[in-house]
Amino acid sequence: MNIIACIKQVPDSESQIKISSDSKSIVTDDVKWVMNPYDEFAVEEALRVKAKCGGEVTVVGLGPKRVTESIRTALAMGADKGILISDEALDGSDSLGIAKALAGAIKDLGCDLILTGQRGIDEDNGIVGSNLAELLGMPSVTIVEKLEVAEDAKSLKATKGIEGAALVIESSLPAVITAQKGLNEPRYASLPGIMKAKKKPLDVKTLADLGLDASEFGEGARKLKILALEPPPAREPGRIVDGETTEEKAAELARLLREEAKIL
Amino acid sequence: MDFNIPEEIKMIQATIKKFVEKDLEPIARKVEEEGEIPEEIVQKMRDLGLFGIPIPEEYGGLGLNTFGEVLIYEELSKTNACFRSRIGTSNGIGSMGIYMDGTEEQKQKYLPRIASGEWSAAFALTEPEAGSDAANIKTIAELKGDHWIINGKKHFITNADCAHVFTTMVLTDKEKGSRGGISAFIIEKGMPGFSLGTVEKKMGIRGSHTAELIFDNCMVPKENIIGGDPMIGHGFKTAMRVLDKGRLTMGASALGAAERLLEMSVFYAKERVQFGKPIGEFQMIQAMLADMATEIYASRQILYHAACLRDQGKKITREASMVKLYCTEMACRVVDKALQIHGGMGYMKDLPIEMYYRDLRLYRIFEGTSEIQRMLIARDLLRN
Ligand SMILES: Cc1cc2nc3c(=O)[nH]c(=O)nc-3n(C[C@H](O)[C@H](O)[C@H](O)COP(=O)(O)OP(=O)(O)OC[C@H]3O[C@@H](n4cnc5c(N)ncnc54)[C@H](O)[C@@H]3O)c2cc1C
Repeated sequence: MNIIACIKQVPDSESQIKISSDSKSIVTDDVKWVMNPYDEFAVEEALRVKAKCGGEVTVVGLGPKRVTESIRTALAMGADKGILISDEALDGSDSLGIAKALAGAIKDLGCDLILTGQRGIDEDNGIVGSNLAELLGMPSVTIVEKLEVAEDAKSLKATKGIEGAALVIESSLPAVITAQKGLNEPRYASLPGIMKAKKKPLDVKTLADLGLDASEFGEGARKLKILALEPPPAREPGRIVDGETTEEKAAELARLLREEAKIL
Repeated sequence: MDFNIPEEIKMIQATIKKFVEKDLEPIARKVEEEGEIPEEIVQKMRDLGLFGIPIPEEYGGLGLNTFGEVLIYEELSKTNACFRSRIGTSNGIGSMGIYMDGTEEQKQKYLPRIASGEWSAAFALTEPEAGSDAANIKTIAELKGDHWIINGKKHFITNADCAHVFTTMVLTDKEKGSRGGISAFIIEKGMPGFSLGTVEKKMGIRGSHTAELIFDNCMVPKENIIGGDPMIGHGFKTAMRVLDKGRLTMGASALGAAERLLEMSVFYAKERVQFGKPIGEFQMIQAMLADMATEIYASRQILYHAACLRDQGKKITREASMVKLYCTEMACRVVDKALQIHGGMGYMKDLPIEMYYRDLRLYRIFEGTSEIQRMLIARDLLRN
């Protein structure tokens, strides 16, 4: 089975995010970049499907050179080979642009299953997976919490959570699955795995290598434009409830909750 | 010297960091209290490949150089020290003798099993009468037919309870003593006449166990001398070379802990308010933080430098002693300041600082006390 996992790099959730002076992007100087956590679920699931059905896992990443680190991490977890789509013309692309470039890299690989995170924790758009499926003419099941690929690698059963219930969906292959938290517990890149990853193939492709037209990508080709980024409002300081005794404090708290917060 | 960290080592550091944060740190206090590392954590350590860091790839290890190895120890030491201790003897003093001086058969037989974590390894030199004066060992072997018959006792042996393979220093010629009379044996758990004695109750590192080894007419096959017959009588040299390397990893462990303590102290100095301002605004607190950071910086430089020298094939006996001495004493000064900065909270078991305080104290004692390191450094200086 030919399995593809698409990954991106995002700022580590512990990084302090600062908005740059153009107020449309973030300052990336001190950012620590990590594999998007949802993509880690996708890589892990790809490795589990491979363990069950056999085949090969290819990791496809997109972005600047630094993304190789995350591809190497996926190779260290056990993926077989990597492709990095890297081209300056991609800078500033929106989700559709990203999906087009990924589709360009994947279409000739003859894959049976594509996995990716349900969303990137940076911009939270959550549409690359389904765009990719559309462009490749494949069915997609998004935000999947449980996946079972049939032994014969011809179909799959995917479970997703919906309000108060679980939806079980069957699909033929090839298909695109986007991974939700809970799908699995991603393994660590083991130390021997990391040493072996050095020797695994990792190709870097430009848009021209993929036969794609650079003018369809980048800032200029965006259909969605970011108007402004704003930091979340500062949290108001907490308040200590006055009162001599516990009873008084409780009464005062109840009054505040009723009259000021209006939640009682 | 240039301390460029290779890409794969950075990835390994990231993995260890994650492992520490996700799996080890949440149970650090529990392990300290119960005095036991859960088996599933040891299994995770095996899966990660933590037991064969310097063992060459051909024997199933990672084959990392000393620089890579100290970076791993530095990262792994930012939590309860017993986790580092659990893998320490297998990677270091327990297996290095076999790797450096063993015969091909011995390497084939033991190293892959040690590297996979199936068999843990320990190192047994110290005896009741032979601590700093390690040459004064009394445990003795006598050749009878195909076996050596060993009698005597070792004590304070780290990981004795979980090890399968013991690199053990034994007299094979009483007259010659350390001058050609000590040999290094590979003794396996279960060999007739070999048993464990008291498991010590310790001040710290309670999740790692230290015990006595008792040899009562213990029968060890003739071929179990490290390096075979030609190495009979050369065991003391093997032991000293093993300890040389161990001194660097010891330094790395002290450094990692000190870095964690500084991080905690900086955080606390910003958060804790007294007299209406964060205590970090008081000059006396600032001075402590500045001293901690400066000493950590200096320690890191000598450690990395010595590790890289070793990787270049240089003899580093003096440097290794300096690293062990300086880094471990530095860490003890740092933990003392960290505790002071945390005030009463630092003394409480709610924070891990008191645990580091007890754990780090050991580092000035084992694998050669601070006094012995000073003696070795001075001897080397005065010799020339
Ligand atoms: C938790 C723990 C784990 C250990 N693990 C191992 C292990 O796995 N394998 C192993 O073989 N050993 C192990 N040891 C033993 C350890 O290496 C010895 O305890 C150490 O070398 C000191 O020996 P000693 O305890 O006999 O102290 P002593 O040698 O009796 O020292 C007492 C004091 O005298 C000082 N002193 C001694 N000689 C001199 C001198 N010439 N000049 C100046 N001062 C001197 C010492 O520095 C010390 O301050 C362990 C010890 C501990 C506590």
